[in-house]
Amino acid sequence: MKTWTYDHSFEGFLTAVFEVYEYRELQVRIRKEGIAMPELFEGLRRVITNSKKADRVYQKLKVLLGDVGMHRILYSLLSEDEECEVHILNVIREAIAHPEHKIMQNFADPSALKLSQFTQMVGREKHRMEAFVRFKLTCDEIYFAEIEPDFNVIPIIAKHFRDRYQDQKWLIFDNKRHYGIFYNLVQVETVEMKFNNQQQVGMEMLVKDEYLYQSLWRNYFSSTNIKARKNNRLHRQHVPKRYWKYLVEKSF
Amino acid sequence: MNFDRINEKLAILADAAKYDVSCSSSGSKRKNDTKGLGNATGMGICHSYTEDGRCVSLLKILLTNHCIYDCAYCVTRKSNDIKRAAFTIDEVVDLTINFYRRNYIEGLFLSSGIFKNADYTMERLVRIAKKLRLEHNFNGYIHLKSIPGASNELMKEAGLYADRLSINLELPTEEGLKLLAPEKNRADMIQPMNYVKNEIIVYKEEKKLFKSTPKFAPAGQSTQLIIGATPESDLQIIKTADTFYKEYNLKRVYYSGYIPVVANDVRLPSLETQVPVLRENRLYQADWLMRFYGFKADEILNTQNPNLDLEVDPKLGWALRNLQFFPVNIQIASIEMLLRIPGVGVKSAWKIVNARKFTQLKEEHLKKLGIAFNRAKYFMFFNNQFKFINHLNSSDLKSIIVNDTKSKFKDLYSPQLQLF
Repeated sequence: MKTWTYDHSFEGFLTAVFEVYEYRELQVRIRKEGIAMPELFEGLRRVITNSKKADRVYQKLKVLLGDVGMHRILYSLLSEDEECEVHILNVIREAIAHPEHKIMQNFADPSALKLSQFTQMVGREKHRMEAFVRFKLTCDEIYFAEIEPDFNVIPIIAKHFRDRYQDQKWLIFDNKRHYGIFYNLVQVETVEMKFNNQQQVGMEMLVKDEYLYQSLWRNYFSSTNIKARKNNRLHRQHVPKRYWKYLVEKSF
Repeated sequence: MNFDRINEKLAILADAAKYDVSCSSSGSKRKNDTKGLGNATGMGICHSYTEDGRCVSLLKILLTNHCIYDCAYCVTRKSNDIKRAAFTIDEVVDLTINFYRRNYIEGLFLSSGIFKNADYTMERLVRIAKKLRLEHNFNGYIHLKSIPGASNELMKEAGLYADRLSINLELPTEEGLKLLAPEKNRADMIQPMNYVKNEIIVYKEEKKLFKSTPKFAPAGQSTQLIIGATPESDLQIIKTADTFYKEYNLKRVYYSGYIPVVANDVRLPSLETQVPVLRENRLYQADWLMRFYGFKADEILNTQNPNLDLEVDPKLGWALRNLQFFPVNIQIASIEMLLRIPGVGVKSAWKIVNARKFTQLKEEHLKKLGIAFNRAKYFMFFNNQFKFINHLNSSDLKSIIVNDTKSKFKDLYSPQLQLF
């Protein structure tokens, strides 16, 4: 079994898929660069991302698998699961060999099922981030939020926030993956910063009213609770503890 | 702004509004194509959850808790000795905008105690929505309460600025309303509801002809019923809900387990009474069966069985009463029949329909598809065999299933008083 690595990007992965067919390579495992590998380094090769190749694969797969299929492939990759490339490649191989089998609908196929599960996991995290992002207004009029999502969801939440907040500058930063997205009132751009792992915005960088609105929100949060119906288990199920750090109403 | 005063008002007026359970922020189609603030398309978002496990999606407040009515079940009733407060229009607007910009909320849920009269109150609610839309270019979600007896002109304006309108029937029957809220009557509640329903139809028709037709309450109407304040049966509740779904095209009926707020009123359960959480849960399950699973109200309950079984969910209850339809052969059964198998939800039913085209479905497939296999296995025939024929014919199938599928939440929802 040979191992090919790619640069973590969607295009990089699609390039690798192209080359699997280009070199008629049957025994290959595609994985992300820089991840420790238990096997021997035999046959290790780095795939150089090539947007032409990636685009050809993309167009072909789109015809074969449709929008739903492309959506599942993208989400599965964003899961960053070690096995995700294996399952995606299995599905792609099946789709190319037997287009009439409609592999994406075959939930009895282990890889197709796995893709649908990855999609569900990542979709859930995307939805959580759309809910749990908490902006703080900084003195330079940027609404700033930090997140540490389980999966790499920044690329798929950008549209949601761009549609919603068009008249304010905002920045959402992934502290785990050290990059973020910034909206400058015109478009969304990716920003990369290397900080230590601490929260980055100190009190002195926020506008004065920020604390007042935060305290109003905490007050609202506790006032809207019905004590007679207390159900902490359900509460923690919906808002797992790992997200509390950045939630204004849960951390103070 | 005087933040201390606002903080105090917010505590009072959020506390008073919390008994309204609706927190939905979905179903609207208001896009942000004005370069403004907010977007209310498609899916709702729960931004947080309170410690009682309920979703926090909207800033849910009363404009004021001054009220001319004295409804026995209500915490803001005139005769109750509590602190009263009122927001100004600008305060509500400012809170909404600032919470929304920080991504705390999906929008505003504005209700109010009734001061002076219906139109006077409704007019203020409408003014807030109008200000948010026109002056602040706000496209987030707005849910306004329709005040019973409000005039058609005001309801029309409300529909143009709000995404959802709702009016609470409060008690499932008119007799219950007479007993606990003698100053109110159902006709006053139905009149604005009926008006809004007709306007929604008119605007939808016009929209087909003219693309520029404005939206009118795009997320529809809803209502709320209080459960357990008066002695109605579940059958009466479900029938009321069913009627309102059909006649007024409601998007949702909410069921709110009565939380005792009054001491010494012989008409109401005592202060020590537990909130009927489990019963409420069963009613929601029944409601879902009617809306998404093709069940009719009188299939779920009938005069012989007027109350939902607290031990098993209503779908399992129906299956146990109608064993002649089982086992269902999942390889060939219609989607309607798949949906009737206890433990199979809407999504997994469609997954079965898709997956069975490719292969003979086996136990391991079904488990991975996400169905509640432990419950479903007694009711379905797969891989050309049915192992549970003896169980299906057994008189204690119900206890077998109940013991087999004990919920980890059982204690929590136990209708019995917890002593320790």
